[in-house]
Amino acid sequence: MIRLGVPSKGRLMEQTFDWFAARGVALSRSGSDREYAGRVEGADGVSLVLLSAGEIPRDLAAGRIELGVTGTDLVREKLAGWRSDVAEVAPMGFGHADLILAVPECWRDCENLDDFAAIARDFRAAHGFRLRIATKYHRLVRAWLAGHEVADYQLVDSQGATEGTVANQTAEAIADITSSGETLRANHLKILPDALILASQATLFANRAAAETAEAQAFLSLLTGR
Amino acid sequence: MIPKRDKQAIGQRFLAAFREAGAAEVAPDILLPADTLLDLYGEDIRARAYTSTDPLRGEVMLRPDFTVPVVQMHMAGGAEPARYCYLGEVFRKQDPGEERPANPRDNEYLQAGFELFAHDPQADAEVFALFHRLLAPYRLRAVTGDMGLVMDAVRALPLPDARRDALLHHVWRPGRFGRLLKRFSQPAAPRVFADSAAPWAGLRSEDEMERRMARLMADRDAAPLDPVWIARLDRLFAISAPMPDALAQLSDLARDWPALTPAIGRVEERAGMLADRGVAPETVLFDASHGHRTMEYYDGLTFSFLAEGRAGWPPVATGGRYDALTAVLGRGGRAIPAVGGIIRPGLVAELEAA
Repeated sequence: MIRLGVPSKGRLMEQTFDWFAARGVALSRSGSDREYAGRVEGADGVSLVLLSAGEIPRDLAAGRIELGVTGTDLVREKLAGWRSDVAEVAPMGFGHADLILAVPECWRDCENLDDFAAIARDFRAAHGFRLRIATKYHRLVRAWLAGHEVADYQLVDSQGATEGTVANQTAEAIADITSSGETLRANHLKILPDALILASQATLFANRAAAETAEAQAFLSLLTGR
Repeated sequence: MIPKRDKQAIGQRFLAAFREAGAAEVAPDILLPADTLLDLYGEDIRARAYTSTDPLRGEVMLRPDFTVPVVQMHMAGGAEPARYCYLGEVFRKQDPGEERPANPRDNEYLQAGFELFAHDPQADAEVFALFHRLLAPYRLRAVTGDMGLVMDAVRALPLPDARRDALLHHVWRPGRFGRLLKRFSQPAAPRVFADSAAPWAGLRSEDEMERRMARLMADRDAAPLDPVWIARLDRLFAISAPMPDALAQLSDLARDWPALTPAIGRVEERAGMLADRGVAPETVLFDASHGHRTMEYYDGLTFSFLAEGRAGWPPVATGGRYDALTAVLGRGGRAIPAVGGIIRPGLVAELEAA
């Protein structure tokens, strides 16, 4: 039996159902809207598991599900050494979101990452502590900034309403996921054009070991037409 | 697998030798307040150190090195000159990035260390010669560098203060350093700052922005750095040779770059002191870019002892002078001359077992 993990609610679930339907596999919730159980028609030996998108990476890595749909951002943030445990089967073309670095729009002197690095250095000298970046993507942001040799900053944890941290003076900049950029603009923040940390989209992932079985191979070739 | 007890025993041997060299043994805490380490090393320390939380004390870290607690202890009341030694575990995590390594590095291992706080021109030579003597049986490759020389070289570049300070600040980040240098060697691109109707937001003040913009406007008029200086810096960083050869190459370089002479004099003097202490200078490699690749805050002598033919091994021993770190830890900017190093008894145990 192949267990397929799909986000349990909202647009992401609907678009996932559409993506599978276009490939001849009908996914649906069984029973009421509130029940987290599902049905699969059009493929044998596959069961649907409705999960929170944030839990799908760990369940995939641990082998509690064989296949799962989630954002590339969540897999890369939550699984250290992710390529060792899971494989990207197919990008699905929706759920696009970019992990970006944004600063106050009023910072007229901040147009790129080099400006940002210089401002962080000045800020530390002026305020006696490191410039704060609010984010929930700690590993991704830290690794990316380390790779670009930006120092003089610190990350502060923000699990929601991250765009508000600058106005509240709990952070000077933010690193967050955005699709349209509207919330950023509404909060007077601008994206640094050369600081795209990750371009994420909904992706079908497989547990690396489970993907090798004949059963999984058959289902995946049905989906990808290969 | 070598039992931990055996590694401990080897560590105890080094500790005894450090005590014999006049050091008082100290036993710093294993759980350290995270804020000091974060302030000092920045966000990178979170990728390397294990963090935990205490309901009363807030965020704490499992000791990633001994330097900070030993310096703090000394600053809290040690008299100079002071020599300290210690033996204990340090804890380092490894974030593998995209793929898990086949052989993860140890996440806890022993360090035996010696730290010397003294206004004494012989201090560097004393520490290096001690490590050299204790490690002599293992036929390691001794490499030294000098961040003081590198900093003096940067200070001597014909640059406006703001540019020089930026280079000095990023001397441990080779990519950023190289990019700055390249930018400074070209005519400054005029900056046009777009207007913004956005209301002011955040803790950084408008005044801070105006100051930076004024600095950038002034920078526009700075003459480009003559490329000959970049070639000279490249020549300096490429020097890697046994000490007498390296000193000859440095003197050669100083003919075009007289500001290097005092720093070269210090390196030469140290070589002489090492010879007096029985370390033949021709057996020690001097690598001008050695300190670049070590810890930020080393600002003078740096050294590593490497095991040949052990690909993937970290140095068996490392150390250096870190006056800059004591200045940052001392808040008020009070720097204490400090030099020291650590040996990894676990690696020595493997060398002995081979």
